Amino acid sequence: MPYQFTVSPDFSPEHLPGWYIFNTWLQRRSNEAIHLELYDSFQKLGSAIEADQVDLIYANPFDAAVLVRKKGFLPLVKAAGVSDEAIIAVHGDYPALDIGDLSSGIKVALPEAPDVSMIGMMLLEAGDLNAGNIRALMCDSYILIAKQLLQGNVDVGVFFAEAYDDLSNITKSKLKVLVRSQISVIHHTLMIGPKLASRRDDIQHSLVTMNQDEKGKHVVKSLGFDAWVTVEDEEMEFMIDLMDALAI
Amino acid sequence: MMHDMEVKDIVGDYKETILNLYGGLRRVVLYTEIETPYPDGKLIVSTTDITGVITHVNKAFVEMSAYTEDELIGSPHSILRHPDMPAVAFKDLWDTVNRGEHWQGFVKNLRKDGGYYWVKATVIPNIRQGKVVSYTSVRRKPSRIKVNECITLYPTL
Repeated sequence: MPYQFTVSPDFSPEHLPGWYIFNTWLQRRSNEAIHLELYDSFQKLGSAIEADQVDLIYANPFDAAVLVRKKGFLPLVKAAGVSDEAIIAVHGDYPALDIGDLSSGIKVALPEAPDVSMIGMMLLEAGDLNAGNIRALMCDSYILIAKQLLQGNVDVGVFFAEAYDDLSNITKSKLKVLVRSQISVIHHTLMIGPKLASRRDDIQHSLVTMNQDEKGKHVVKSLGFDAWVTVEDEEMEFMIDLMDALAI
Repeated sequence: MMHDMEVKDIVGDYKETILNLYGGLRRVVLYTEIETPYPDGKLIVSTTDITGVITHVNKAFVEMSAYTEDELIGSPHSILRHPDMPAVAFKDLWDTVNRGEHWQGFVKNLRKDGGYYWVKATVIPNIRQGKVVSYTSVRRKPSRIKVNECITLYPTL
């Protein structure tokens, strides 16, 4: 029975082949049979975690608390120099210049990624906006959020900052950024479950050194970043505490 | 270690008062009416030990407090205590986190230069192996309406 590896459903579609290549690399390097199973929603992923059907996961910070504190997962690595940040944007012609100019009753396009949504709502809170006085429209892609803004169907869009930066220049030229978060300490983490816990140290070592050879460097690049860096247990606990604090 | 505030650090016209702080500490504070706006998009994060002594601060904390990191680490968190904050708010904070619960509130913080900044603060106990080992405080930009409510409410407490 192979171990099950999954990637948080909010991965960028352009990196999909990269995760399959990475899984192949991981199997060869660890000498373990590992199956990459991708879920198309956070709900399905949550059910798989609950049913102990996940052994390795590139996890959204929102899922980290359950994985570490209820399911006994341990952190391995995070992408070097990458953190989860959100952007609040409006149509270029929209009269608001900052969050304080927004008023209750506005329609907000939100992504399904729970960490980005949460950071976005936290940014909106500075303008006295909350789940009770906005109309939320959940969108399953950032392109769709941009489209809703450009068509005037929503007042505000909440984006994963990296996804916003990857929008075409034409699209971005028609939008206006009101605020970009600069939190720095919230990030996705590659985590290992109890069934593979005995392999933690050597898999972690393989990951942090994988950019030191040409093949490994190519594989990690296909995921959209340059290297993996170690995540210590306390760093993970700190991030979970932080998420906890931001969720209220 | 926390010292009385010094005139040489103060920017602008100031008033002087003595604060009686948690744990029997007394501090001369000098404060002005100059507000530093909370920076958009940032979080101010710090960790203290269980007695409230600062063990970690992030860059935004250093920037907003106007102290250096070296001045902050090892000082009681009350180094930020502004005389306009009612003592009852901090009693409530400690009572709440000592029960292992989260505390949230709007706080006017005092800068080294005598100015101030408002935050929405959340303080959570850090529980490791079932024991509270430290506290993390996360501050975000507060809504102006809530701040104005606090400006009216706090003097009455």
